[in-house]
Amino acid sequence: MDRLLALLNENARLSNRQLAVMLGKTEEEVEDAVAAYEKEGVIRGYKALINWEKIDKNKASALIELRVSPKRERGFDEIAGKIMQFEEVESVYLMSGGYDLAVKVHGKSMQDIAMFVMRRLSTLDSVLSTATHFILTRYKDGNVILNTEDEKDERRSVLCD
Amino acid sequence: MKEGVCSVIDYQCMLNSNVKKMKPSGIRRFFDIASEMDHVISLSIGEPDFTTPWHVREEGIHSLEDGKTWYSPNRGFIELREEICRFLKRHYHLQYDPKTDLVVTVGGSEAIDLTIRSLLEPGEEVLIPEPSFVCYKPLTLAARGMPVPVVTRQQDLFRLTAEELEEKITPKTKLLILPYPNNPTGAVMRRENLEAVARVVQKHNLLVLADEIYGELTYGDYRHVSFAEIDGMKERTILVNGFSKAFAMTGWRLGYAAGPQEIIKQMTKLHQFGIMSAPTTAQYAAIEAMRNGDGDIVSMREQYDMRRRLIVDGFNAIGLTCFEPEGAFYVFPCIKSTGLTSEQFCEKLLYAEKVAVVPGNAFGDCGEGYVRVSYSYSIRHITEALSRIEHFIRKLSGGVNA
Repeated sequence: MDRLLALLNENARLSNRQLAVMLGKTEEEVEDAVAAYEKEGVIRGYKALINWEKIDKNKASALIELRVSPKRERGFDEIAGKIMQFEEVESVYLMSGGYDLAVKVHGKSMQDIAMFVMRRLSTLDSVLSTATHFILTRYKDGNVILNTEDEKDERRSVLCD
Repeated sequence: MKEGVCSVIDYQCMLNSNVKKMKPSGIRRFFDIASEMDHVISLSIGEPDFTTPWHVREEGIHSLEDGKTWYSPNRGFIELREEICRFLKRHYHLQYDPKTDLVVTVGGSEAIDLTIRSLLEPGEEVLIPEPSFVCYKPLTLAARGMPVPVVTRQQDLFRLTAEELEEKITPKTKLLILPYPNNPTGAVMRRENLEAVARVVQKHNLLVLADEIYGELTYGDYRHVSFAEIDGMKERTILVNGFSKAFAMTGWRLGYAAGPQEIIKQMTKLHQFGIMSAPTTAQYAAIEAMRNGDGDIVSMREQYDMRRRLIVDGFNAIGLTCFEPEGAFYVFPCIKSTGLTSEQFCEKLLYAEKVAVVPGNAFGDCGEGYVRVSYSYSIRHITEALSRIEHFIRKLSGGVNA
């Protein structure tokens, strides 16, 4: 059933009927499989992929590199757990390489994000340093190409001419 | 030369009468309208929406970087011919000699042209099952042959039957075109259907041009059987295939013909003098496709298959009945229930909902009452087009929700 996941990953709004037809299953089978994936936590939710910049030009987001000192026993989990509580934080990753946590943050403006980093993140006990990289343009996000007009089909009919 | 001087020449009497006899495609006007409208959503294109797999493109690029920009041997690079023979063995259990049994051409289309011109004497007849792709008839005419359409029907799943075939055979019949998997119907011929045709071919001493360009695109449990695989038919078959559909390489213009060496030899002469050799860059890319491209075919086929199921179900739900196509990437729904002709249907659909599909009669008179719909499009695109077609049909039948 991982073809089901592939289809949903691309478009979660396909109906159970459409999914069933494409996969050669019954609607009930698709419904059951989706329910099972939801129960197992494989599917964690459904949401729209929104190009917010189209709505609000000032909206900003940033990738923040954090170097932190891990806690005895709990490693990085404790600090990660604290950071993910903030509403501004979209994602938190533990990284290999030059820094420890990558935090993606969004805010009403760049100023807004700068304040958040200054007041909330860098003041946390175990945070050693932060580096804030503002995202200037999102070309592609979640596998979707943004900010392009409808892709033009350059194929032409060779039946006539 | 001053403008206007040429107008004294009567070009009409200076043109080749066989070429003049070719009918220009009747759907030209329709496409002209479509191309001038904004926001048209098209299901009319007959080529893959995938781009050529990257590793294949890369080999083409490398060959250019290495300065491999010269002609190839007339028949094509021997490495490519060897790979094609391995491919044909792997996929269709066919044994061809790369040195003598194969010519690499500019797309499958050139291979079709070469076959017809190498075989036909003036006035000899070519049997063309219809509906089918538009090139067989004009190319036959250009070779001063006689095209003879053979009707296929939805009730026979658009397969060529031995009975229909036999009925059209005369002492002048030389060649049968066998275009399966079929454009525009999506029909396939199963082994038993091919065997029935083979008996007729044998009995009447015919040759067969098997246009199997969609051979890699069959769905469900059925896998394509080449006509050349049927007992006694390899000797009578010119197998035409290519890279366009299987590997999404339409623009590279590369195909091939495989067959009895006596015939290939004649075809190679025409190819040599008319074309010289197929594009060199494309041949280098194609070698890679043959060597490492089987996986690409599988994944593209899976995508097409999902779209196929979606679109067949969509049309049947709308009430335009649609037999289940098992090959190529077209569906051929019947639109007779609307009371419109194919062309009226397509034009109204285009104006009312801005959806472009191709009238079935473009592929032969017996395609009247059908339209060709390509599913070589993204699922999102197909879903949107289907909902517009549904709206169109509801309005046509005067539904209250229109």
